[in-house]
Amino acid sequence: MDLPPDPPPLVVLDGVAKSFGAVQALSDVSIALVAGEAHALLGENGAGKSTLIKTLAGVHRPDSGRVLVDGVEVRFSGPADAKAAGIAVIYQEPMLFGDLSIAENVYTGRQPLKAGRRIDTKAMHAHTAALFDRLGVVLDPARPARGLSIADQQVVEIAKALSFDARVVVMDEPTAALSAREVERLFDVVEVLRAQGTAVLFVSHRLDEVFALCQRATVLRDGRHVWDGPLEDETPDGLVRRMVGRELSALFPKQDTDAGEVLLDVRRLTREGVFTDVSFTVRAGEIVGLSGLVGAGRTEVARAVFGIDGVDAGEVFVNGRKLKLGSPTAAMAAGIGLVPEDRRQQGLVVDASVERNVALASLGRLSRFGLLSRRSEQRLAQDWALKLRIKTARLGAPAATLSGGNQQKVVLAKWLSRRPSVLIVDEPTRGIDVGTKAEVHRLLSELAGEGVAVLMISSELPEVLGMADRVLVMHEGRLVDDIPRADATEERVALAAAGRVAS
Amino acid sequence: MTTAAPSRARRVADLVGRARELGIVVALALVVIPTAFVNPRFVEAQGIRDLLLNASVVAVLAAGQTLVVVTRNVDLSVGSVLGISAFLTAQTFADHPGMPIVVGMLLGTLIGLVCGAVNGLLVAVGRVPSLVVTLGTLYVFRGVDFALAQGTQINATNLPDELLAMGNGRLFGIPVLVLITLAVVAAAALYLRSYRSGRDLYAIGSNPEAAVLAGIPVPRRVFTAFLLSGTVAGLAGALWVARYGTVDAAAGTGLELQVVAAVVVGGVAIFGGSGTVVGAALGALLLGTIASCLVVLRIPAFWQQAISGALLIGAITVDRLLALRLARELRGRSDHDG
Repeated sequence: MDLPPDPPPLVVLDGVAKSFGAVQALSDVSIALVAGEAHALLGENGAGKSTLIKTLAGVHRPDSGRVLVDGVEVRFSGPADAKAAGIAVIYQEPMLFGDLSIAENVYTGRQPLKAGRRIDTKAMHAHTAALFDRLGVVLDPARPARGLSIADQQVVEIAKALSFDARVVVMDEPTAALSAREVERLFDVVEVLRAQGTAVLFVSHRLDEVFALCQRATVLRDGRHVWDGPLEDETPDGLVRRMVGRELSALFPKQDTDAGEVLLDVRRLTREGVFTDVSFTVRAGEIVGLSGLVGAGRTEVARAVFGIDGVDAGEVFVNGRKLKLGSPTAAMAAGIGLVPEDRRQQGLVVDASVERNVALASLGRLSRFGLLSRRSEQRLAQDWALKLRIKTARLGAPAATLSGGNQQKVVLAKWLSRRPSVLIVDEPTRGIDVGTKAEVHRLLSELAGEGVAVLMISSELPEVLGMADRVLVMHEGRLVDDIPRADATEERVALAAAGRVAS
Repeated sequence: MTTAAPSRARRVADLVGRARELGIVVALALVVIPTAFVNPRFVEAQGIRDLLLNASVVAVLAAGQTLVVVTRNVDLSVGSVLGISAFLTAQTFADHPGMPIVVGMLLGTLIGLVCGAVNGLLVAVGRVPSLVVTLGTLYVFRGVDFALAQGTQINATNLPDELLAMGNGRLFGIPVLVLITLAVVAAAALYLRSYRSGRDLYAIGSNPEAAVLAGIPVPRRVFTAFLLSGTVAGLAGALWVARYGTVDAAAGTGLELQVVAAVVVGGVAIFGGSGTVVGAALGALLLGTIASCLVVLRIPAFWQQAISGALLIGAITVDRLLALRLARELRGRSDHDG
């Protein structure tokens, strides 16, 4: 086939690798960004997209591999260097200075000057207005940035990119928080950029947007480059297959159990702007996986059920009894436990000892006449440390000194010691080594075997598919699919999570 | 289409910005006018000169403090810096009777610069919270001051006459110290408004994380803010000598709280990002004027502190309410109407 000679790429990552501690975030990843082309970067949560973007932005320095700008190898020692090389990054939630005017946000550190090196405010406003003209949007350069919608904030960031003649614009899930009309406007702006010869790297989970906007795509999986090529001959399903395409391992041993009566019954739960009309049940002995993309509203549903956040509509029944919403105390009394997503911030008091942490949810039971017995705390912690095989030098050591996996076991012990009837676990194995991961899975499986209803939120598809008796999938705040174990495949779950429910 | 007419959002923001300074002017009128009825001499030329003179030291310090506070930091050591600078300057004048006044002023300023550099290094490079650093150096500088002074006091008789003449002198009917204060305030205001590094200070206070991503050299800018605050406090120490003539190691004790109060009353957000030097200086004038009015109205001295404190709380409350209101206004109406 005869191809016209490709224009030379503006920016190339060549064989880039980056690790954080033991986690290999990127290994041997290459990508080339060409003038006038919109390039999509695809991959599941945790595939390494953010790391790649931050490498381009000069925030991360690659461990190995090269960064080439106009064919010349460069080394970014900070965001300012990447900016100087003409690379602009627009983050999902732009970082603006709310107290400063839009124009000052656009020209931070590069304000036009007049005599005596004073800032020429008039010229700055005129330049900014001219940039907005080019983008075809109407914003007052003199108004403060505080209070702008996310879409407008992104426009300000794009104007900033234009103002220093950025030749590469990286957009990290720019459409996640936008309305349909705002997305349209953003696409118009991107077309303007492309027409002006800018290379665009576009990260999005919404495949229809990718096909509407981009000419080329690169797919990452587990920090590795798995495919790149033009999009014209591709289908959404084909891309999803490339993004997941993984063998299910035998790491996840879910014992078969007979589902008993319904323990958790969530009916039409709605929190405006966050999730809408979410209904599901979890039975005794069942593990129900809650899947979906980051930001789909899974954690928010869990928080609402546990009473941390209020809801606008809907009700929850535990063990057939109506739960008073908006009160974690009531949720705990009803027999719900919540192992939160962020272990260190929300699950533990990291500076307190292991035994204190284990006892934290059982203080009422452990105290007499309002006084806490140190010995009963210790006894409780010893029991559970043994059962869950928590590895620590001594139970009096601060929880912060434990490995991630053992910290997670401490959080689990805290709830299990209350003998919950419903346990909600949010990303139970994130950041945990493989061995401990298997132990956590075994534990969850045993719990289900003992008749606990387990709701497991997880972004790891293999984990969901291996562990769950049923998989619920959320997409943009709605429950879009309920898949029994037998029908749950990576493709079906991933497609549902991307908003494409198989009929 | 370019926006020609200023948007509603801009107008609201402008209005609130001006309201802060305007509010102080109104408050000033509210305290001065009734006092003038009780004692007309209060608003005669000499009375007004005294008001300005009394406020000038705090106003100079407030100008320096504003630079620090807009970066979301605070400099509590300014009173001690003033003290050590005042004492050393006075002592040098006493030991070297022939020394030109300008040299003495520069010496005081230099001492302040060194103190400011210590604060700046600890905050910007050592990454210690400024509240802790400057609370520490508040005691350190004062302690060094006492150690150097060893209980001595330097009196007007030991100081050059020209210095004291400057302290009480006038130019075109305006006290020289007030003119110097105006110059410092004008310079600081110009720096914060019209220079890139000055605007960076606002950016840092507004969103520290974004400031790093925007490539602003945050540690260097924060260091500079503390350096300038210290320098200004050093200059204020030298002016203190000229004004009062009698200096011991306790000069300026407790002044830092008046300064912070003036800055906050003047509309500088205590969490950084907004506020002006002119506002802070007006805040100093307002607090000083209230103190003078209470004297004229023969209100017992201990009420003065309570009233100043209540005013401070009132100012912060109004400031928060205005900020919340502004945020709501800005969010409420989209700006697409232009």
